[in-house]
Amino acid sequence: MVADGNTPAPPERLWRNPEPKRNYDVVIVGAGGHGLATAYYLARNHGITDIAVVERGWLAGGNMARNTTIIRSNYLLDASAALYDHALRLWEELPEELEYEFHFSQRGVLNLAHTEQEVRDARRRAFANELNGVDAEWLTPDEIAEVCPILDTSPNLRYPVLGATYQRRAGIAKHDLVAWGLARKCDEMGVDFIQNREVTGFLTDEDRVVGVRTDKGDIGAGRVGLAAAGRTTLLTDTLGLRLPLQSHPLQAMATEILEPVHPCVVMSNHVHVYTSQAHKGELVLGAGIDTHNGYAQRGSVHVVENQLAAAVELFPVFARAHLLRTWAGTVDVTPDASPIIGPTPYENLFVNCGWGTGGFKATPGAGWVFAHTIATGAPHPLNEPYGMERFTTGALIDEHGAAAVAH
Amino acid sequence: MLLVRCPWCGDRDEAEFRYGGQADVDYPADPHQLDDAAWGEYLFVRANPLGSFNERWVHTAGCRRWFSLVRDTATNEMSPDIPRRRESR
Ligand SMILES: Cc1cc2nc3c(=O)[nH]c(=O)nc-3n(C[C@H](O)[C@H](O)[C@H](O)COP(=O)(O)OP(=O)(O)OC[C@H]3O[C@@H](n4cnc5c(N)ncnc54)[C@H](O)[C@@H]3O)c2cc1C
Ligand SMILES: [Zn+2]
Repeated sequence: MVADGNTPAPPERLWRNPEPKRNYDVVIVGAGGHGLATAYYLARNHGITDIAVVERGWLAGGNMARNTTIIRSNYLLDASAALYDHALRLWEELPEELEYEFHFSQRGVLNLAHTEQEVRDARRRAFANELNGVDAEWLTPDEIAEVCPILDTSPNLRYPVLGATYQRRAGIAKHDLVAWGLARKCDEMGVDFIQNREVTGFLTDEDRVVGVRTDKGDIGAGRVGLAAAGRTTLLTDTLGLRLPLQSHPLQAMATEILEPVHPCVVMSNHVHVYTSQAHKGELVLGAGIDTHNGYAQRGSVHVVENQLAAAVELFPVFARAHLLRTWAGTVDVTPDASPIIGPTPYENLFVNCGWGTGGFKATPGAGWVFAHTIATGAPHPLNEPYGMERFTTGALIDEHGAAAVAH
Repeated sequence: MLLVRCPWCGDRDEAEFRYGGQADVDYPADPHQLDDAAWGEYLFVRANPLGSFNERWVHTAGCRRWFSLVRDTATNEMSPDIPRRRESR
């Protein structure tokens, strides 16, 4: 199983599997990365430990198990840079704090530019990053070749690499281990994980949510936080609360385990693929959503073909690798490609959703601000711009395009 | 890959089409009557059901015409009915 001998074998039991109590101070729907991080920071920062995290499948078996683990904070807009860089700073302290090695590797991300317009946009983003205290550099093709020798930086490509932004603090982590580390600490602090139980709706008292309905009985709650990713609207629809979310398949893929050849993360918006090499040695590739709505956790093969064509063009050595697996998750996409985090018109109901294709990188940051929102009833300054009311006021946080590729 | 039924060209690979999202979302008859919430909802909010979904496709690499069909978003099963052609207005 283990190629490098460093990945710890999963220990016997990291959390209990309790029967739920009838009532909790806080019920969180969804034990993905965000639900786990929210429970963790509710306990750590706010002293709230009477928490159930209710999960329809198994702990961290949704997008948390399926993402390509790219972590970066080089977003253009002020609200995004603040939110994602806060998350990155939390990543930097989390391994020690969780006392759990999850292979957070700050190996750097290159965001390639292939056209003159992309060069201008990318440099503008790097300047904006610097002004926001986010590390960013602009690299020429020769400098890129030093960082990532297997990348074809010759002028012969159909879309030659004209330059790239480089964020050194960016990187990857092992998603399953992140989830297990968070779950272990939560369990130690008394959080109950209720797996294989689907939340089907809410218990309400007029405009107040007082608990959740599940497929195996009701659970009362002082407050309810949704961290249900692609299935969020299935829940909010039961209240007639319409959120601007569309659920799409998002695919990724991995090759067999190879010797280390790929030293960093490379993302290309223009030819649309992003790549890294996982700690174990698989080349991991991904790109954009399948355009149709869907909950099937599977996508279409032409989407995979497009990404592979782009990857082989940029990395000629990849032509020799064998693709072993492709898979998909269900991601919840907003019109401005930014998440929705905040209170709802229902008292005691809070939402964290709309992270779409790029929420793994925000896991600890999302948990931090969502825990604050649930504990105090009001947003943290970092998620204040991210309330659902922006779709009425028009104060969008439009990261489409601005943020290089989606992830 | 999905097999999409164009009412004019028959069953064709999904790669020949572009997706258009929820069908039958009409431009408000009198936009000035809408308050900010209703206008925001028209602009940004679309149904996102698990199950039957009435949605639009355009046959970009074929006849280049728009049509609507019903697909199950959980299974991708498409209704065998000939998709509706909607008269342009
Ligand atoms: C292929 C792919 C690649 C990606 N790559 C990246 C990347 O490189 N970098 C990045 O930052 N992000 C990436 N993402 C996005 C990232 O995975 C998500 O934004 C993030 O995981 C969402 O938060 P989460 O971990 O809490 O979601 P999830 O793990 O999906 O958690 C939601 C949980 O809620 C549960 N749930 C839903 N409804 C109910 C219900 N009614 N009752 C009980 N439980 C329920 C689900 O079963 C699930 O476990 C990628 C996603 C995919 C699919
Ligand atoms: Zn046609």
